[in-house]
Amino acid sequence: MKPCNFDYFDPKTLEEVVVLMRQYGSDGKILAGGQSLVPLLNFRLAAPAALVDINKVKELDYVREVNGKLAIGALVRQRVLETSEAIRSKCGLLAETAEFIAHPQIRNRGTVVGSICHADPAAELPAIARALDAEMKVVGPDGERIIKAEDFFVTLMTTSMDPSELMVEVRLPTLGPRTGWAFEEFAIRHGDFAIVGVTAAVTLDEQKNCADARLAAIGVSEVPYRDSKVERLIMGQEISESLLDQAAHQMVEGVEPSTDLHASADQRKHLLRVLTKRALKKAAGRALKGFEKGRGKNA
Amino acid sequence: MPDELRTIQVTVNGTKYDRQVRCRKLLSDFIREDLRLVGTHVGCEHGICGACTVLFNGQTIRSCLMFAVQADGAEITTVEGLARGGQLHPLQEAFWENHGVQCGYCTPGFLLTALELLQRNPNPTEEEVRIGIAGNICRCTGYQHIIESVLAAAAKMGAKTV
Repeated sequence: MKPCNFDYFDPKTLEEVVVLMRQYGSDGKILAGGQSLVPLLNFRLAAPAALVDINKVKELDYVREVNGKLAIGALVRQRVLETSEAIRSKCGLLAETAEFIAHPQIRNRGTVVGSICHADPAAELPAIARALDAEMKVVGPDGERIIKAEDFFVTLMTTSMDPSELMVEVRLPTLGPRTGWAFEEFAIRHGDFAIVGVTAAVTLDEQKNCADARLAAIGVSEVPYRDSKVERLIMGQEISESLLDQAAHQMVEGVEPSTDLHASADQRKHLLRVLTKRALKKAAGRALKGFEKGRGKNA
Repeated sequence: MPDELRTIQVTVNGTKYDRQVRCRKLLSDFIREDLRLVGTHVGCEHGICGACTVLFNGQTIRSCLMFAVQADGAEITTVEGLARGGQLHPLQEAFWENHGVQCGYCTPGFLLTALELLQRNPNPTEEEVRIGIAGNICRCTGYQHIIESVLAAAAKMGAKTV
C-alpha cells in the first residue's frame, strides 16, 4: 500500500498555492493534515497528478475573532480545539467536540478546515459547521468567495468547491452566555467513526424561552442533516421534557438512513432519537445555567 | 517532477540524518528502510492501527500518514529513543512488569502514545487511559494488561519527579 507517483509542491505563500491549483485543477490535491487524504493515496483510491502541500503556508495558521465571528485558518490542527483559550471561551462546542474527533495522533496532525472540506458524512466538524451556519472562505483562480454551510455540503465527500479552489478559513459564530451547546455521539470505540452523532445549540430569551435552536446530525444521511421543522417546533417555547420528546421524534421523520455493517437503519433512527433528546437537554441545561449566571451579575 | 528526489535533514532520537528521499515515500518507510530503525512497526498503512506512532516535534503522529519529505527539519522520537544508556524507560519497565507485551507488534505505538498521554496528564484515571489509547489496536492482550502498565508507569514516573 504505497501512493502512486505525484508531483510534490510545498509552497510558502497562498499566492503560489493558487497558481499551482489553477495549473493542475482537478488533477491537483491540497495536502494539509493528510489524515483523510493519505489513506486514500495509500489505497490508491486517489491518485492525483500533483500534491500541493500547504503545511509551510504559515499565513493560514491562525485563530482570530473577526466581527464577532471566530475565524479558523486552514492550517489549524484539530488539537488546537482542545488547547486554544479563544476557542474554548468563544465557541465551547468546538472545544468539547474535539475529543470525539478520532484519536490524539490524528488530531495532532489533522486540520479543522481539512475535515470540513473532506465532508465525510460521519465527521463531527461538518455537523458543527452546518448547525452553526458557518461560512467557508474559499480561494481560487477567480479570487475569493464565501460559501454558506447550507450550500457547501453537496453529498458524501463532495462540496460545492471547484477542484481548483481551496478553503482557507472557516468562520463560526461566537456563542454567548445564553447559548448552551452539546455534542452527543455513539461510536463502537471511542474516537472511531460515529454511527450517529447529534449536535445542538440552544439560545434562551429574556423569558427563558427558546429564542434559537439548532440541530445537526451525522451518520443518518449523505451530508450533515438539519431539519428546520424540528428547530421551529422548539423556538419560542419553554423547554420541557415533552417538547424535547416531540423534537426527537420529529427529527427521525425526515431521515432514511442506510443499513450497513455497523448498524441497521432502525438502529440509526433509534440512536438519532435518543441522541437528539440528550443533546437538546444538555444544550438547554447549559443555556439555563448561563442565563442564571448572567442574571446574577445584573442583579 | 514525478518521483522527484529531495534532500531532507531530520533529527531522530537525537541523531541528525541527511538523506535523499522520493517525495512519495511514507515517513514510516523512511524510518524503517532508510534509517534502519525497525522498532517503528507498520500495521495497516492507513492510519487505523497506531503501530507506526512516533513523536513528531514532541507530538504523536501516525508515521504512515505523512511523507518523509514533510519531516524536513523535524525532530522525531521513535521507540528506540526511549531507553537511555541501556536503562529502560519507566514506561517500558512498566510494560515488562505488568505483561503489557504479548507478541509485541503493537507495543512501540502504545509506548509512544502512552508517553504523550502521561506528559499531558501525569495522573490519569483508568477511563482516561482507555480513551487515551483507543487509537491503538492490540490483537493479543485484550488491553487490560496494557492499561495496567500505563497506570503503573504513571505511578512510577510520578514518584520519580517527587
